[in-house]
Amino acid sequence: MTDYIDTFINLGYILASILFILGIKMLSKPHRARQGNLVSAVGMLIAVVVSLFECCLTFEWVLVGLIIGASIGVMAARLVQMTAMPQMVALLNGFGGIASLLVGWETYHSESAETIFMSASILLTVLIGGVAFSGSLIAYAKLAERIPGKPMRFSGQQPVNAAIIAAILLGALIFVMNPAAPWSYPLFVVIMILSLALGILGITPIGGADMPVVIALLNSYSGLAACAAGFILLNNVLIVAGALVGASGFILTGIMCKAMNRSLGNVLFAGFQTTARKIDPGAGQGEAKAISPEDAYYVLEAARSVVFVPGYGMAVAQAQHAVRELGEIVANNGAEVRYAIHPVAGRMPGHMNVLLAEANVVYEQLAEMDSVNPIMETVDVCIVIGANDVVNPAAREVASSPIYGMPIINADKAKSVIVLKRSMASGFAGIENPLFYKENCRMLFGDAKATLQQLIGEFKES
Amino acid sequence: MSIGLLIFVFVLSIFLGVELISKVPSQLHTPLMSGTNAISGITLVGALTAAGTGVDLLGSILGTLAVIFATINVVGGYLVTNRMLAMFKRKDREPQ
Repeated sequence: MTDYIDTFINLGYILASILFILGIKMLSKPHRARQGNLVSAVGMLIAVVVSLFECCLTFEWVLVGLIIGASIGVMAARLVQMTAMPQMVALLNGFGGIASLLVGWETYHSESAETIFMSASILLTVLIGGVAFSGSLIAYAKLAERIPGKPMRFSGQQPVNAAIIAAILLGALIFVMNPAAPWSYPLFVVIMILSLALGILGITPIGGADMPVVIALLNSYSGLAACAAGFILLNNVLIVAGALVGASGFILTGIMCKAMNRSLGNVLFAGFQTTARKIDPGAGQGEAKAISPEDAYYVLEAARSVVFVPGYGMAVAQAQHAVRELGEIVANNGAEVRYAIHPVAGRMPGHMNVLLAEANVVYEQLAEMDSVNPIMETVDVCIVIGANDVVNPAAREVASSPIYGMPIINADKAKSVIVLKRSMASGFAGIENPLFYKENCRMLFGDAKATLQQLIGEFKES
Repeated sequence: MSIGLLIFVFVLSIFLGVELISKVPSQLHTPLMSGTNAISGITLVGALTAAGTGVDLLGSILGTLAVIFATINVVGGYLVTNRMLAMFKRKDREPQ
């Protein structure tokens, strides 16, 4: 009888794995993405239901956990605002990490570890899960602005981090060899605490603008933590699903790094070189020229093609609806309207797409960087909304700039550029932007949303 | 199940994952991330076993906490992804 049940459970896990694979494949195709998410959710349901048939479970604890977790999950998913999506993703990711850590801890607590393979699996689960958890919490706090988004570091941080990593490796080696010794449990707890500390100290020095990379990487970690938990429980579905997520997270991390022209090591450990930040504005650059909303209206009114370049500032000002409204008005006025989106604009991969989708911007108007750059010379007006580094021509022109080589949207090549910005303060990375001093550029100072509404008002009055 | 077989499955899955999503339009980066994030909540299966087999109170509490966190990850992850993708879908119909 138990043989039949085992076979049934395994068939269920295989079915779930197939659905995860299909789901992920569909998630990468625009018109099938929503179905894909549903397919993978069905796979999850099957895996969970089937796992309840495992031998000898006591259900009261299980049910309590499921009910509490599901209620919180439903509420959080319903209540969260689209502008808060980056921190929501970070938080959920952290929960996945801590869950894997707890699975590892519980297994060690209840069953101890008999083999080297078992103790190594437990240790890896706790280590990766711990880093994913505390790292995600820091990312969450930065994104939600509970703590400053600026890189926070103290002198000697790198040696401290290196010491922690060395201590973890040494402790891990001792633990894996002697999982059953009387001092092993305390050692295990110490390693767990160290891994949590590593997640915190590893993420705090990374600035908010690099968060797209960090979130993608932590996403990968939480998958790998689940995968490691699969090795503890000798469970194939955890290994397959966890490995799929781990791989997808790494690919996304790679895409984000490429979009910033930086290596992963550079994002994680170096940050921007503080000494290289100030670039000489140069004699020929002159001053930034301001423009009033009225004059901006006349420029826009005469334009036949307009490109909007949104950035994190649009998210902060919650200006996506005003952007869409202005876009519609300009389009109705006879101009061709596009939204050019840089892969790392915002605080998570695809951040701008989500916000513009929320505001009902039509799909056909969204353009990727590579498709909009070749036609930039033909664009009459390029409106930059709360974006800075992703349109910084220093990346093309100034070899000494810290962002030199990063692919950018060539806003400066448009016939005229209007930059919506609160003040002349430099962007997040603290890098001067020569775009603002160019002959064809005008600055429209003020809160992005209020400014856009003024422009919309000008159009409506005329 | 033999350890060798598990490692075999792991390596194949990594390659499969890389093949599956080597090309994703940037428009879908966020939903892909939150969708795969929900899948990483698969650790819930392990958490259920952990919660159902705890040897003492601490074991059961650790397991139950794991179930709670993993369930939030799974339920919240899928719903939030669905919410985002619903917005994307609306756009496809509207241009006409």
